[in-house]
Amino acid sequence: MKTSMNKLFRQVFLGLTLVASTQIAIAQDSEAVARGKAKFDHSCAPCHGKGAGDDGREMLPGTYSLKIKYGDTMPAALEDRTDLTSEVISVFVRMGAWSMPPFRKTELSDKEIDDIAAYLAVSSRK
Amino acid sequence: MAILPPGVSQQQFDTAIDRLKSVVGEEWVFTSDADIHAYRDHFSYIKDQPNELIPCAAVGPDSVEQVQAIVRIANEFRIPLYSISTGKNFAYGGPSPNVRGSLTVDLKRMDRVLEVDDKRNFALVEPGVSYIDLYNYIQERGLKVWVDTPDPGWGSPIGNALDHGIGYTLGPYRDHFSAHCGMEVVLPDGEILRTGMGAMPASDSWQEYKHGFGPDPAGLFGQGNFGIVTKMGFRLMPQPEHWRNGLVTVPRRQDFIAMVDTVNYLTDLGMIGEPWYSGGLQALMSNTEFAEAANAFNEEEMDRQALAAGLPSWRVELQFYGSEGTTLANWEYAKELMTRNIPGVQFTDGESLPVPLTDEQIQKSSTSYESVMRRNITQGRPGLGIWYMTGRTDFDPNAWNETHIGLFSLVGRSGEAVFKAQRDFADISRRLEMPGFFPNALAVPVNWYQNSFLMGNGFGAAKGNSPQQKKDATKLLRRLLEENAKLGYGDYRAPPILQDDVADQYSFNNNILRRFNEKLKNAIDPNGIISPGRAGIWPEAYADLRGALRED
Ligand SMILES: Cc1cc2nc3c(=O)[nH]c(=O)nc-3n(C[C@H](O)[C@H](O)[C@H](O)COP(=O)(O)OP(=O)(O)OC[C@H]3O[C@@H](n4cnc5c(N)ncnc54)[C@H](O)[C@@H]3O)c2cc1C
Ligand code: HEC
Repeated sequence: MKTSMNKLFRQVFLGLTLVASTQIAIAQDSEAVARGKAKFDHSCAPCHGKGAGDDGREMLPGTYSLKIKYGDTMPAALEDRTDLTSEVISVFVRMGAWSMPPFRKTELSDKEIDDIAAYLAVSSRK
Repeated sequence: MAILPPGVSQQQFDTAIDRLKSVVGEEWVFTSDADIHAYRDHFSYIKDQPNELIPCAAVGPDSVEQVQAIVRIANEFRIPLYSISTGKNFAYGGPSPNVRGSLTVDLKRMDRVLEVDDKRNFALVEPGVSYIDLYNYIQERGLKVWVDTPDPGWGSPIGNALDHGIGYTLGPYRDHFSAHCGMEVVLPDGEILRTGMGAMPASDSWQEYKHGFGPDPAGLFGQGNFGIVTKMGFRLMPQPEHWRNGLVTVPRRQDFIAMVDTVNYLTDLGMIGEPWYSGGLQALMSNTEFAEAANAFNEEEMDRQALAAGLPSWRVELQFYGSEGTTLANWEYAKELMTRNIPGVQFTDGESLPVPLTDEQIQKSSTSYESVMRRNITQGRPGLGIWYMTGRTDFDPNAWNETHIGLFSLVGRSGEAVFKAQRDFADISRRLEMPGFFPNALAVPVNWYQNSFLMGNGFGAAKGNSPQQKKDATKLLRRLLEENAKLGYGDYRAPPILQDDVADQYSFNNNILRRFNEKLKNAIDPNGIISPGRAGIWPEAYADLRGALRED
């Protein structure tokens, strides 16, 4: 377990250094962006969407949790962030993040993570 | 790769993995630690312990034929399987198996909605179809049926029903296993069985008549280990034209008895959706005099203080599905009955809204009283808002709330039974020195299952999050299950770590129920490969593992 975790974290680190170049390349692929948005809406937005919670609470639970985690230092909604490359997202969704359980490859493929990253790279510009 | 299936050598395992790859394709056999990580229970009480329930590998078939082939390979190599549909059974073990080293059969890729009929009101789905998927399918086609969703919408009609899960609309639809109609199962020897009218090849009634002819084995597949379900039909509630809610409050503690009787009457006549009971006196608990009375079950004193504070002892929020006229008539009738049965009862009209409600109407209750209902689920709208319960809060930014680590026990559906259970739970908690708050005279039942009450107890059993504290909490829950059983309070569902203990509760005639199930199990599944240990049913091949999770 340890070694693969280290590997994942190395990937994040690498990922961060590559942010600029990869993001530009990915953002140009509008099909990937459209696929990524659809997957995000289906699988992520029920927890990470903006606006009021589906049950009338102030926020959805992923957004709420990240608001508490980061305070004002980072946007609470993933769609407002500019730092979420495919590598970074992978670490969180494959390992799980606090109360977010990990996603299996049968429900979220590596390619779909790339698509989501492509979408998140442009979603904050709107 | 560290974990092997029990009794299987590395070499046999490697051969089996190769065979599995030739069935589903290399891409869909998962053996790396990183991939297997997602098949562990994120909220496990034995996380990272030597006995944590981690599979040896996972396999993701895309067809019934592939499931059959997997079952045959498992028989050949004596590898225990554990099947999941969407695998979101959090609070009840997540995707994790009963036996460490099992091979997880992940059915998520089988995600086709095979049929939705909004005239005859049913659906036929594969295991990987989530509530959100089925809802989207219905919306995209403008069909006029609802799904009855459990609170988290990423689970599946099949996975949820097979663990006897529940939802929040009208009674017959809330009990998801009972609302199923017809299933297809791959049996332990790889044969395909269809239940109900599915057994008649030319029948048009598979999703309309579930009994077929003769004994119906469908019950064996709910919380069972007799096969892998590959299709299941469900009865769907037609979309009503109108929804209305209203609040009933009663002044005295003893009024709860007539309140429950009246609600039962309305429920069983099909006039109301799920009633949401709540206590009216929680606010008084900060007053020590009242808290003492509630902890001591001093009813006179509780009534006196409730009266002085102008608060009702009990509340129940009713909801009605139908037309504007019928929902109003049913609400008026509810008022009439309650007035006849309970002196001093009061009513507050809620909202009266055409269906479908707008997002705004769902999110912003403008009801004239404080509503405890989570309105989205009363409207069959799947979502994940409820996940707030599992993590950080403003009050505790580091909250890591392994929800549902506690029990939901069956209690008689009457006010008297609830009063008795309140005392029993308080008494047991004191005797076992349970941490946290003790149940008191304010504990309320939930009416998820139309015909029964469940009451939470044992929540807060953990004093903290260290491995030792979790171990202690698990031990405490085991003792609680034992004590509860002596008084007749059984659990309806449990994570693998407590399934042997819950099965022990059902002990009539020297545990004949379990002995009967195990006799069947050994006959139908001689190698014991299908989810051994699930619901405490241990085949001979793995009998030495019974109770193993109880050891330190
Ligand atoms: C905050 C919170 C709120 C919750 N609220 C609710 C609620 O309102 N109602 C409710 O019912 N639950 C609730 N749960 C519990 C749980 O999350 C849901 O029941 C969830 O739907 C179960 O996961 P699933 O549907 O993905 O089923 P799965 O995890 O796919 O399946 C559950 C189990 O059924 C068996 N199984 C699954 N598929 C098959 C198959 N094809 N063949 C044979 N056996 C199979 C397996 O043993 C499996 O582990 C809640 C949990 C949390 C944490
Ligand atoms: C069931 C709710 C839920 C779903 C569905 C969900 N998440 Fe999360 N996610 C959370 C929560 C809660 C956190 C907060 C963790 C914290 O506060 O530390 C989180 C955290 C994250 C983080 C970490 C951000 C950070 O900086 O800490 C990422 C990235 C993330 N999620 C991505 C996703 C993606 C992509 C999806 C869809 C594939 C998704 N999540 C689906 C609940 C969810």
